[in-house]
Amino acid sequence: MDRKNQEELPSDLTKEQLLAMYRKMQLIRGFEGTAKKYFEAGEIGGFLHLSVGQEAVPVGTCSALRKDDYITSTHRGHGDVLSKGCEVKRMFAELYGRTDGYCKGKGGSMHIADFSQGIIGANGIVSSGIPIAVGAALSIRMRGTDQVAVSFFGDGATAEGSFHEALNLASLWQVPVIFVCQNNLYALSQPWSHSARDGNLVERAQSYHIPAESVDGMDVIAVYRSVEKAVDRARSGDGPTFIEARTYRFMGHYVGDPGAYMPEEEQEEWRKKDAIAKLRRQLKMWGYLTDKVDEQIATDIEAELQDGIEYARSSVIPEPREALNDVYVHFDYLGRPLKEESNHA
Amino acid sequence: MREITYREALKEALIEEMKRDERVFLLGEDIADPFGSAYKVTLGLSSIFGTDRVIQTPISEQGFTGAAVGAALTGMRPVVEFMYIDFTTMAMEQLVNQAAKIRYMSGGQAKVPVVFRTQGGPGRSSAAQHAQSIEALFHHIPGLLVAMPSSAYDAKGLLKTAIRLDDPVIFIEQKLLYNTKGEVPEEEYTIPFGVADVKRNGTDCTVVATSMTVLKALKAADILAEEGISIEVVDPRTLFPLDIETIVESVKKTSRLLITHEAPERGGFAAEVAAQVANLAFDYLDAPIQRVCAPSVPIPFARNMEDYIMIDESKIADRVRKLIRGDI
Repeated sequence: MDRKNQEELPSDLTKEQLLAMYRKMQLIRGFEGTAKKYFEAGEIGGFLHLSVGQEAVPVGTCSALRKDDYITSTHRGHGDVLSKGCEVKRMFAELYGRTDGYCKGKGGSMHIADFSQGIIGANGIVSSGIPIAVGAALSIRMRGTDQVAVSFFGDGATAEGSFHEALNLASLWQVPVIFVCQNNLYALSQPWSHSARDGNLVERAQSYHIPAESVDGMDVIAVYRSVEKAVDRARSGDGPTFIEARTYRFMGHYVGDPGAYMPEEEQEEWRKKDAIAKLRRQLKMWGYLTDKVDEQIATDIEAELQDGIEYARSSVIPEPREALNDVYVHFDYLGRPLKEESNHA
Repeated sequence: MREITYREALKEALIEEMKRDERVFLLGEDIADPFGSAYKVTLGLSSIFGTDRVIQTPISEQGFTGAAVGAALTGMRPVVEFMYIDFTTMAMEQLVNQAAKIRYMSGGQAKVPVVFRTQGGPGRSSAAQHAQSIEALFHHIPGLLVAMPSSAYDAKGLLKTAIRLDDPVIFIEQKLLYNTKGEVPEEEYTIPFGVADVKRNGTDCTVVATSMTVLKALKAADILAEEGISIEVVDPRTLFPLDIETIVESVKKTSRLLITHEAPERGGFAAEVAAQVANLAFDYLDAPIQRVCAPSVPIPFARNMEDYIMIDESKIADRVRKLIRGDI
């Protein structure tokens, strides 16, 4: 698609949809900036893997999904789960290790899940969400619904055996799964060329007879359109799709990693492609966004983030003994039957 | 009562639970007819339920284990077959980091109702990669339940329970047990997890045994009975949850404890039982706790070497005699 077409007013997306995408991308970037601030201030512990720069991929993807569709996500998953519907305040509460967090403080940044809206888990193990998403898609087919399952993963995951096994199974079974590779060009510190000889993921997916395409991951509309086609295919029973979204991690692997292995010229080049700036420019060009509304969006998001931090700070700190709960459905951690759950229903 | 084999008992459990709950389905390598799985437990099931519910997978343990976890998280109840327990190592990531952890990591939101059936144990010259007993690896992992039935009756009742539980279960069968016969009622029954079975009452020594070693311990009991020594054979049936109370009650009566399993001694399940009994019944013990387990070596191929490391009734009986004599 040439530049001119890209800049044309989209007929398939309303002003409201486009503004919602814009706002969500801003929210994700704001969330991660705020998380970084309070991580560096010592209020948030653990690891913090930021996806700054990659926001268009989850926002474009999840804009094409329904609430009852499933996603699996990764260690770098804040953007994915926020796009699927997580609330800022309960996300912060999880990062603060508080009882109001999505996982009651037991998961943290890498493991946010909300089963009520199809978020069946972010994952700390690279590539392991991919076969899980294939299983969710198998379940969809067996239950006879028209849901779809999306697996988000990075370029690093494509060198894992799980990735290949999952694509092979999805192809054999023709289940409604969409593989969305967020190729940010780095697997921790290693550039993409260290993970693959040829670097052509589309061909790799096609070798499993899975329809595949590569899209500009810095263009939320392009991502949305690609995923929407894949969703239509999946809901119609036409099986899996593979999408590579080329994007860039504007920061190091995690907070504390300056990313010294990322050449400065390369960083400069990708920052010029910033998806948020691009959509802002487009929205203004199409008359969908005024400076005043833009400022209002920024102000509202800042307020939401600050409210979220206050919510997290004031959320109850879990009792240390709570560490012993939630290991099993039917038993306590010592194996004693739990009263409320029958041993064999 | 009618007698059926351990294999038939397992098959009955699968058929009954698949009929009872349409969410239950099977997943694994070579499980569909006409092959019907390596040890023939699933033989005939794809002809009854179709290949949509008896799903044959490529040799892809990591992939199908992950798929089972994903299906379990989203409303299905998969029963996975690993042809050999040795092959679970190909899927350890999904078993240990995913199936076992997702409920906890999600703060109790998730349920992972999946059964991982497999079989282990030596005795058929299968060598080091087809005959292991690695239950201790799973027993060690918080989030997993581990069952090891030793009889046809237990196999059926425990498998039915495993399928109905909402927690992930490692269900470990034994290749030499498939052809053993036992009484199994025609009527519906289940066996709760965490309830040991006293397979034989006795007064002089408690022998805690699992899977195949239960049969060996019962043979040792016959031999020892002729010498006037009475042993009590306790089969925990599930390693976790563990019915330690039944074991402790037995030790209080006999004052001696021997634990036997086919797995290597070092770091095995027996060590856990020994530690718990030493803690809970120290004052009742008249002798050091004994373990009769495989030496910590890989399983050898040659039959005489394999026999050398396997647990048999004479090894158990010899150690019991020494315990009774105070010759430890």
